[in-house]
Amino acid sequence: MENLIALLVAAPLLGAAVLLCGGRRLDKTGHWLGTLLAAVSFGIGAVLFADMLGKGAEDRALHQKLFSWIPVEGFQADVAFQLDQLSMTFVLLISGVGTLIHLYSVGYMEHDERRRRFFGYLNLFLAAMLLLVLADNYLLLYVGWEGVGLASYLLIGFWQHKPSAATAAKKAFLVNRVGDMGLSIAIMLMFTTFGTFAFGPVLSSVGETSEGTLTAIGLMLLLAACGKSAQVPLQSWLGDAMEGPTPVSALIHAATMVTAGVYLIVRSGAIFNASPDAQLVVAIVGAVTLLFGAIVGCAKDDIKKALAGSTMSQIGYMVLAAGLGPIGYAFAIMHLVTHGFFKAGLFLGAGSVMHAMNDEVDMRKYGGLRRYMPVTFATFGLGYLAIIGFPGLSGFWSKDKIIEAAFAKGGTEGWILGGVALLGAAITAFYMTRVMLMTFFGEKRWQPAPDADTAPSAEPAAEHRAGELPHPHESPKTMTIPMIVLAFGSVFAGGLFSLNESFVKWLEPVTSFEHGHPPIGAAAVTGATVVALIAGVGIAYAMYGRRPVPVVAPRGSVLTRAARRDLLQDDFNHVVLVRGGEHLTRSLVYVDHSLVDGVVNGTAASVGGLSGRLRKLQNGYARSYAVSMFGGTAVLIAATLLMRGV
Amino acid sequence: MSALAAAASTGEAVQFWVLGTIAVIGALCTILMKKAVHSALCLAGTMIVLAVFYLANGAYFLGVVQVVVYTGAIMMLFLFVVMLVGVTAADSLKETLKGQRWLAVLCGLGFGILLISGIRHAQLNHFNGLGRVNAGGQVEGLAELIFTKYVFAFEITGALLITAAVGAMVLTHRERTERAATQRELAERRVREGVQLPPLPAPGVYARHNAVDVPGLLPDGTPAELSVSRTLRARGQVRDVSGQALEDLKALEQASAERLGRDNSREEASK
Amino acid sequence: MNPVNYLYLAALLFTIGAAGVLIRRNAIVLFMCVELMLNACNLAFVTFSRMHGNLDGQIIAFFTMVVAAAEVVVGLAIIVSLFRTRHSASVDDASLMKL
Repeated sequence: MENLIALLVAAPLLGAAVLLCGGRRLDKTGHWLGTLLAAVSFGIGAVLFADMLGKGAEDRALHQKLFSWIPVEGFQADVAFQLDQLSMTFVLLISGVGTLIHLYSVGYMEHDERRRRFFGYLNLFLAAMLLLVLADNYLLLYVGWEGVGLASYLLIGFWQHKPSAATAAKKAFLVNRVGDMGLSIAIMLMFTTFGTFAFGPVLSSVGETSEGTLTAIGLMLLLAACGKSAQVPLQSWLGDAMEGPTPVSALIHAATMVTAGVYLIVRSGAIFNASPDAQLVVAIVGAVTLLFGAIVGCAKDDIKKALAGSTMSQIGYMVLAAGLGPIGYAFAIMHLVTHGFFKAGLFLGAGSVMHAMNDEVDMRKYGGLRRYMPVTFATFGLGYLAIIGFPGLSGFWSKDKIIEAAFAKGGTEGWILGGVALLGAAITAFYMTRVMLMTFFGEKRWQPAPDADTAPSAEPAAEHRAGELPHPHESPKTMTIPMIVLAFGSVFAGGLFSLNESFVKWLEPVTSFEHGHPPIGAAAVTGATVVALIAGVGIAYAMYGRRPVPVVAPRGSVLTRAARRDLLQDDFNHVVLVRGGEHLTRSLVYVDHSLVDGVVNGTAASVGGLSGRLRKLQNGYARSYAVSMFGGTAVLIAATLLMRGV
Repeated sequence: MSALAAAASTGEAVQFWVLGTIAVIGALCTILMKKAVHSALCLAGTMIVLAVFYLANGAYFLGVVQVVVYTGAIMMLFLFVVMLVGVTAADSLKETLKGQRWLAVLCGLGFGILLISGIRHAQLNHFNGLGRVNAGGQVEGLAELIFTKYVFAFEITGALLITAAVGAMVLTHRERTERAATQRELAERRVREGVQLPPLPAPGVYARHNAVDVPGLLPDGTPAELSVSRTLRARGQVRDVSGQALEDLKALEQASAERLGRDNSREEASK
Repeated sequence: MNPVNYLYLAALLFTIGAAGVLIRRNAIVLFMCVELMLNACNLAFVTFSRMHGNLDGQIIAFFTMVVAAAEVVVGLAIIVSLFRTRHSASVDDASLMKL
């Protein structure tokens, strides 16, 4: 069985290789090949899952050592895979949702002439992501981690002819590099501390290591997670990453890639458990991001950016849960999976809407679409109910557990974290209701399609008829089927997982689990969550359901304007990092020129000048040399006499 | 004997001051004489004085060795090389290196002053004398030391001497790499080159000069360079007497003219 | 008279020899000056031998003579071969070892 693990990675990798190297002759069939190989990966994952279910809880982890990668004395790196319950969850999520999104892309990218390449990149992404979650050591994980970064760069910048897309890709890559730096430092620290970076030895020898070292490793891992999972302070790339095609947003920026950080934290749980400080920082980062993303999501008129804000916020929930320790790990992963379903569904729905509306992304120009796109409306609506945590749907089960766990953290921290999570739930309900109302309800606010010259189209192959009103229509089957499947997941996954705590028990051998007991009782927390939900929905309805939505955005309050600018994250980065960096480099250049170069050049010049004079001493005449020798002897005698105290 | 005593006697003092002066003068002459052969002779004198001082200091064996080895062998070797290089060649004492002489004098003075002040500072007043050591015979004492305590140094210096002898041979020996040309081949080459077909002119033969370093005179009175050996020409040791010969001739002519003039005037007077 | 005067004489001769090395250009004279310096040293050794009342100083002087002999042999051979190639015994002519 364990020999199949490598195939999980190999199938999409093969797809990427074939599609990217295969050339034009694959243009006609390439997308189906890519989808097929993603499905193969999912199929193998399903087989392994069935096999795993047949075993006892403790025997489920599988190992496969492919080959010895860097066999150096004292530095052993293997290409080896580890498939345990945690990896299995991710494998199924990644390959499952990935396959659905491949299928969706077949329809969505139908008119794009570079579709084959797009599927190559998607396959590359799947391979890298699977490598990331299947690696049995941090170094191989790092390979997958970088591969994911590369694939996301390629996919975000897929429409590279648009300067905004190229810039967004670069931004995502650069911000991710900061996080990658953290991961590489963490790996180096691990190697110097433990002498290895395989998960097993590292995580089992945590107890023998000082807490300071573990805190350092934990914080570096957190930095890495912040980069990949778009957590404060490295969150700025996610919103711009919506420049990529919508399936990319669904796949990378909702369901899979951004969850890599959560995976890393949960996988390294032992390290964080042993370092309460690092763990608390993780929880704080999660809580801050949760609110940050939610506030940004409230103000955005771009449907994808609103969803991106929501992604950030939901990942914040996961990171918060992961920062709670054993009482939260399982729920973090559970929320990750349910979120994978409903957020992918929401993004695909958004893509479907955009597809219907001539690639218009401004929700203020939507309205009343429910009658024109019933399937999209239904699936999007179910995803919406799931994400706001409507009782009974997926999001409810996972989010409620996280809020409970946050309260159960205990002490002041517990109250603050729990309160933030609760507030986040209310804001989530608000902005998602806003998205829902602005898109599908109210009167039509459709605008004529912009002139192709004045506004470069987001998706060039899409049919544009400048000056005409859009004709919304339901999307083709390849697009609606994945949405329907994901909607099923959005509705039932949470309940299924919570049935008899099956998901928690499933993950327990890997992440360990403790029951959290919120000080006010689980039922009270659930009640509060529902109240927050109703409040959020109510306010949103009052603001957007009962009053007409203006086509041109009103000026809004200071907070709104700030949130429209992503809470000034880019301004902050620009002022603090770019300007600061510029000033720093400028002063460093100055120091380099005047001081370093000055010293070096001055030394060189003075040595040159001195030797120019000294070379005159070397005139080739033995007698001249004899004089210096003789003089030197005289000096030596003088020194000897002086030393004796003449 | 007085030298065996710790302190020097008055006789030795007189000897020291007289011979010491001679030694210093000899040393100064060594470095100041223009001709190398004079330098060598002055140095030999200084060395003999030093040999006497060795004897005065109770080092009889060394005193004799100094005379035999240094003055007798080494200095003669010097003279031999001087002769080989050219005994008459005088060095110019004009200094060519800028500041070299001043620096040398300065360094020499400083060095000497420092050395002498060092010796003075050492306050070497207590002399044991060699009386006790030389009691069993000095050569025996030296031999005992050389073949016991200093046997390794002795062996090594022996090896050094042999190496030096071999080295000198290697340095000066020239292997003839080709067969020496015969008379016939030389004559044929001369004809082929056509530069100097007849034998080279013979050196000059004069009334007061008759040696190979004096060139013969050409009909116009200029010296024939070819008539002197190439080696002497290269060394610049050609004695050009052509000017003198011409002057002699002029003087002869003048004398004869005077005589003839006097005869003429006498004849005129008689008329 | 104090026998230490021999040491002063030795120092004087040594200095004169050294100055000669610096002043003269003729390699043969230069070698003679070196010999003078060695002899000055020998005188000092002999005087020290008398001072200490043992023969070690004389032994050293003896070895100095041997080494000086070896040195002269090789040195004169060098001078001869130098003269052969350059027709000059001036040490200043052999000044090619410079920049």
